[in-house]
Amino acid sequence: MIHSLFLINASGDIFLEKHWKSVVSRSVCDYFFEAQERATEPENVPPVIPTPHHYLISVLRHRIYFVAVIQSEVPPLFVIEFLHRVVDTFQDYFGVCTEAAIKDNVVVVYELLEEMLDNGFPLATESNILKELIKPPTILRTMVNTITGSTNVGEQLPTGQLSVVPWRRTGVKYTNNEAYFDVVEEIDAIIDKSGSTITAEIQGVIDACVKLTGMPDLTLSFMNPRLLDDVSFHPCVRFKRWEAERILSFIPPDGNFRLLSYHVSSQNLVAIPVYIKHNITFREGSSQGRFDLTLGPKQTMGKAVESVLVSSQLPRGVLNANLNPSQGTYTFDPVTKMLSWDVGKINPQKLPSLKGTMSLQAGASKPDENPTINIQLKIQQMAISGLKVNRLDMYGEKYKPFKGIKYMTKAGKFQVRT
Amino acid sequence: MGLIGFEAAFHTSNSIVSGSLLQTLVQFEHLMEIVKQVSSNFQCFSSLRHDDLKEMLDSNKDSLKLEAMKRIVAMIARGKNTSDLFPAVVKNVACKNIEVKKLVYVYLVRYAEEQQDLALLSISTFQRGLKDPNQLIRASALRVLSSIRVTIIVPIMMLAIKEAASDMSPYVRKTAAHAIPKLYSLDPEQKDQLIEVIEKLLADKTTLVAGSVVMAFEEVCPERIDLIHKNYRKLCNLLIDVEEWGQVVIINMLTRYARTQFLNPNMNEEKDKKAEAPAMAKRKPYVMDPDHRLLLRNTKPLLQSRNAAVVMAVAQLYFHLAPKAEVGVIAKALVRLLRSHSEVQYVVLQNVATMSIKRRGMFEPYLKSFYIRSTDPTQIKVLKLEVLTNLANETNISTILREFQTYIKSMDKDFVAATIQAIGRCATNIGEVRDTCLNGLVQLLSNRDELVVAESVVVIKKLLQMQPEKHSDIIKHMAKLTDNIQVPMARASILWLIGEYCEHVPKIAPDVLRKMAKSFTNEEDIVKLQIINLAAKLYLTNSKQTKLLTQYVLNLAKYDQNYDIRDRARFIRQLIVPTEKSGALSKYAKKLFLALKPAPVLESPFKDRDHFQLGSLSHLLNAKAGGYQELPDWPEAAPDPSVRNVEVKDSVRAVGTVIYRDTGVLWALQGPQKVEGSEGCSCPRARKHERKSKQRKSESESESDEEEDSESESSQTESEDSESEAEVKKKKKVLKKTHFKHSSHANMYRPFLHLLLCLQTISPSSALKSYEMLHRITGEGLSVEYCFSRQPFSPDANMVAVQMQFTNNATSDTKNLHMEDVKLQSGMRVKEFPEIELLPAGEMVTAVMGIDFCDSTQAANFQLCTHTRKFFVSIQPPVGELMRPVFLTENEFKKEQGQLMGMNEITEKITLDVKCRNEHSIVQRVITAANLSRVPCGSDKECRFAGRTVTSSSLVLVTVATKEEGAAKLTINCEKMVIGTMLVKDILLALTQ
Repeated sequence: MIHSLFLINASGDIFLEKHWKSVVSRSVCDYFFEAQERATEPENVPPVIPTPHHYLISVLRHRIYFVAVIQSEVPPLFVIEFLHRVVDTFQDYFGVCTEAAIKDNVVVVYELLEEMLDNGFPLATESNILKELIKPPTILRTMVNTITGSTNVGEQLPTGQLSVVPWRRTGVKYTNNEAYFDVVEEIDAIIDKSGSTITAEIQGVIDACVKLTGMPDLTLSFMNPRLLDDVSFHPCVRFKRWEAERILSFIPPDGNFRLLSYHVSSQNLVAIPVYIKHNITFREGSSQGRFDLTLGPKQTMGKAVESVLVSSQLPRGVLNANLNPSQGTYTFDPVTKMLSWDVGKINPQKLPSLKGTMSLQAGASKPDENPTINIQLKIQQMAISGLKVNRLDMYGEKYKPFKGIKYMTKAGKFQVRT
Repeated sequence: MGLIGFEAAFHTSNSIVSGSLLQTLVQFEHLMEIVKQVSSNFQCFSSLRHDDLKEMLDSNKDSLKLEAMKRIVAMIARGKNTSDLFPAVVKNVACKNIEVKKLVYVYLVRYAEEQQDLALLSISTFQRGLKDPNQLIRASALRVLSSIRVTIIVPIMMLAIKEAASDMSPYVRKTAAHAIPKLYSLDPEQKDQLIEVIEKLLADKTTLVAGSVVMAFEEVCPERIDLIHKNYRKLCNLLIDVEEWGQVVIINMLTRYARTQFLNPNMNEEKDKKAEAPAMAKRKPYVMDPDHRLLLRNTKPLLQSRNAAVVMAVAQLYFHLAPKAEVGVIAKALVRLLRSHSEVQYVVLQNVATMSIKRRGMFEPYLKSFYIRSTDPTQIKVLKLEVLTNLANETNISTILREFQTYIKSMDKDFVAATIQAIGRCATNIGEVRDTCLNGLVQLLSNRDELVVAESVVVIKKLLQMQPEKHSDIIKHMAKLTDNIQVPMARASILWLIGEYCEHVPKIAPDVLRKMAKSFTNEEDIVKLQIINLAAKLYLTNSKQTKLLTQYVLNLAKYDQNYDIRDRARFIRQLIVPTEKSGALSKYAKKLFLALKPAPVLESPFKDRDHFQLGSLSHLLNAKAGGYQELPDWPEAAPDPSVRNVEVKDSVRAVGTVIYRDTGVLWALQGPQKVEGSEGCSCPRARKHERKSKQRKSESESESDEEEDSESESSQTESEDSESEAEVKKKKKVLKKTHFKHSSHANMYRPFLHLLLCLQTISPSSALKSYEMLHRITGEGLSVEYCFSRQPFSPDANMVAVQMQFTNNATSDTKNLHMEDVKLQSGMRVKEFPEIELLPAGEMVTAVMGIDFCDSTQAANFQLCTHTRKFFVSIQPPVGELMRPVFLTENEFKKEQGQLMGMNEITEKITLDVKCRNEHSIVQRVITAANLSRVPCGSDKECRFAGRTVTSSSLVLVTVATKEEGAAKLTINCEKMVIGTMLVKDILLALTQ
């Protein structure tokens, strides 16, 4: 399956290589560099590149290319999914997944990669098992290690691998038993020129942070489970119970994990929390363009819209923008032509606006393109689909845990065409 | 210095061993010898830089050793060579510190292949580990041992795997399954023995083992479908509890299995389309095999997996196996994956594009999910566009076109070009909107961006061909554009259009020709060719006005640098200008040039891609990847289903592992108060088994028990099928009674099936031909054969890998096998194989050497020396081995072929051998004759192959075009004429004999 892995940074240096079978020369990456040159943008490098003897399958995350070398038929998604899992693990271990973090922890990285694949086939990808085998580096532990000479490698054997619940360690103990669930929903929408919705969908996740002693068995039920159109589960969730009763029943992993992601169908009407009034025009013959944006809250059920960030890629002909925001700050990058406006909170009494002029290249004809406007926002304490958790019960353990549920709505891929 | 430390370490590590003293002594002596050799070697050339590391490794402080190992691993990670530290590192293999040990393993696995002898020193440590009472230590010992790629330890590995395969611990058995492909890749000769182990592990009932052993099965013996029969139902039932990576592998394998064992659930519908009334009478009602239903039912919940690869695997299973009415369920899950990372989107969209051609209705409700956002990467945009185009029909075309209109204003010009093509495709497929599209495209002709205009011209040209008479004003408009547009493809398209329809624009056409004649010398080749065409067509229709102009253009072309253009000019002059010598053809010149041409069909590049298994690498590349297992066609009649019947044995072992997840529902439903401690929870299931075994004692018919059990579990969900299933069950009971009669029938059938499967796969490895280098009589007992392994030769990419197999048929050992006195033609280079120190009597060993033949078939001559004799031998490559396969798309192939015409093209008419008249055997024979890869091709009359020569990387293109009655045309385009001519001979021979 996976023969080798190369990590390549933005400037094209191979800064880590790992081989699971016989060594593949790093010159194989030349094919990747070739493809990279052909692609104009970093994200346009094809994920699968055939070379005479190998196939290169790559993912781009945190400006690092993870390039896997394959020699024979394997489902491409298998490799891609695995590479993403590797990145997630690094992030989990080091907090960030940057070149510097990987270089600093190169030994841990190597140990992790060694455990995750055997002969190119995934072996232990469950974060709980890995953490038992190799402890994540913390400042305290590094200090202790340098003084005492002890190691990051777990002393006890990875019993998790033998467990019937491979995602949970045995013998977990906490003094405060807590279980927190975050229901986070994102709105994906395309709004057309006139303000009408072309498509809008809600994608949600339930992220959990569970710190409970022993082997608790949890059930989570919803007030309105029929809202969930399509769901995907963490492997711990019992599928048949969901099918039959629409109840989530599971033995949770220890720590942070994603319990569920779901999709609320586009058949249901999706509330769009903000509206945008825009007037972006270029006049023929003049080297000036008008730029006028106003934001306002729409269907927010009385909750405040916060952390609003508006960004737009202006046409190539725009040289500079001279704008005046009624609140927040804006920046315009004359090289990438990216305009971004950090609005902050929307005050319904005084709507935020951004007005002014854009200067165009003198003599150039007016751009044909209309920029699209991307919006990011946050609404606390509300799930826009109306999903509500009914109750959370715990069985199997005697103590009484502390439970908490938080709701939040965000804009996902929210675009307004002009 | 190094020696003393080594000795000390060796003593300490061995003092633990309670093995026999004698053995230790022998090992010790052997070790001393090697250490002496190595240390003397290193004194010569290893630089001083690693001395401090060696010192640290030799110290007896663990912290220093750890520090040193960390630095070494960091160097390995950066790709630095640290192989000179091997002796210093490897002696720490028995170190007490667990992290040092692990890092030593990392090092050992990385370099063992290069330092085979020294690696052997560590083997005893692992052998000891294999006997450890702790299962985890046994497993990790086996894991490292099997990762050491040293051929000599193959027997040790084989033994270890066999032992581990019957270990008590499922984790150790899992590791054994992992070790199987490792050993197989090291020594394919072990296949038969390994298959035995696989067969044994396939029967294992734990979820832990299932994924890994199927993986091994797929790598070692994917053709042995017969091994699956008995395990089929078990695999289906365990599937949901297998770890996610194993699920992917199992689902893919079961897809192939089902295709050989069950009937096509859609067969009646497909027949309806082809033959109407007569087929109706013969048609049998279709009844789905319950095992087929079992597979579909047990994979469906996995569509909810968080792992995209699992979802895709289930999706392809449904696409290939499910009845038409049920395939729809996968659409929702696939659309969900579009929210994921862009790489996942890319792969999913490719598959959706293929599916949407065959089953458009499935994705129509999700049309809007494929709408494009300005922030998508271009490659995603283009794929979404493809899907949108496939989904377009009369009802939704207006919304789609409105959407396309906004795309045209995008800043991403490549994407705009793709959108224009998509509009063109919609217009050809849906007649109602053709005029609207055409008008929209004509408006784009005044766009400022040249690329947009050029793309529009090309698309308009194709559209106009459908009904030219209505659109002479558009042609006029385009004629005006020739002054401004510079993109060659667009210019050529306009000229072709004017020439083709010159009768619709009689006034403008000659004027365009006049302008073109003026700029002829500065035009690109494709434009020049179209100018000549335009001139010829005008000459035929309007010779009064254009005679002189045509002459002028032809004269210019006559002296052009490009021979293709010169040829064309000469040809056209002969054809259209009447002279006394001109033959009968010129009378028909007008018919030839102005014949009615069929309108082009704009097809999706994803059409017919579904002959590759979806979700596979081969599907994505639209070319067969190495090791791809072809998806077989449905059988005409279903093979005997009773082969899957299993005697129910005690499956106590399985109980513990499955209980927590889905089967756990049973007890969860009964109420949580029962759950105290982990032992208690296995009760209900165990009880069920007890009950079952009791029943078994009382009843004689045991098999049906499990059958019914699994059926009843599912009956709530699949009520609509229950009727047919009941029917089948009845049948089955009858079948079971006659089981004995049938089993003999099944056995007869199985080898036949096996044979079929073998035939369907072409793997290049099976095509390896070996040549004799040294006969055992001349070699005095030593015989050598060589073959061209077609593997990349890793030390030097310009070399051809030659795999040699030495067999010692004599009664005494042969020592120090190496090569000497290499005599080569200038430019040629050889990378010698490492010396083989000992070849015991009756043994066989293989070695690989690399030869750079400089793209010639000159032989490489050298002496093969043993400790007593020298033999003159030579290696001469067939021309087909002097190349390596390259991947080209159809368009790239055509483009490259266009540049290798004339002298570089060799064509030969051949009559194919009787046995070699289908595409499959042609491909196989060509690939056997030359190391080429197949190029995808739209027509089934042509097979194309491409490769590059190893040294100079010159392209080699081969085309075999078949005609009726076994006649065929073989065309080879290659810059190197010598290679070309020789290759023609070889391929000719391969195809005609």
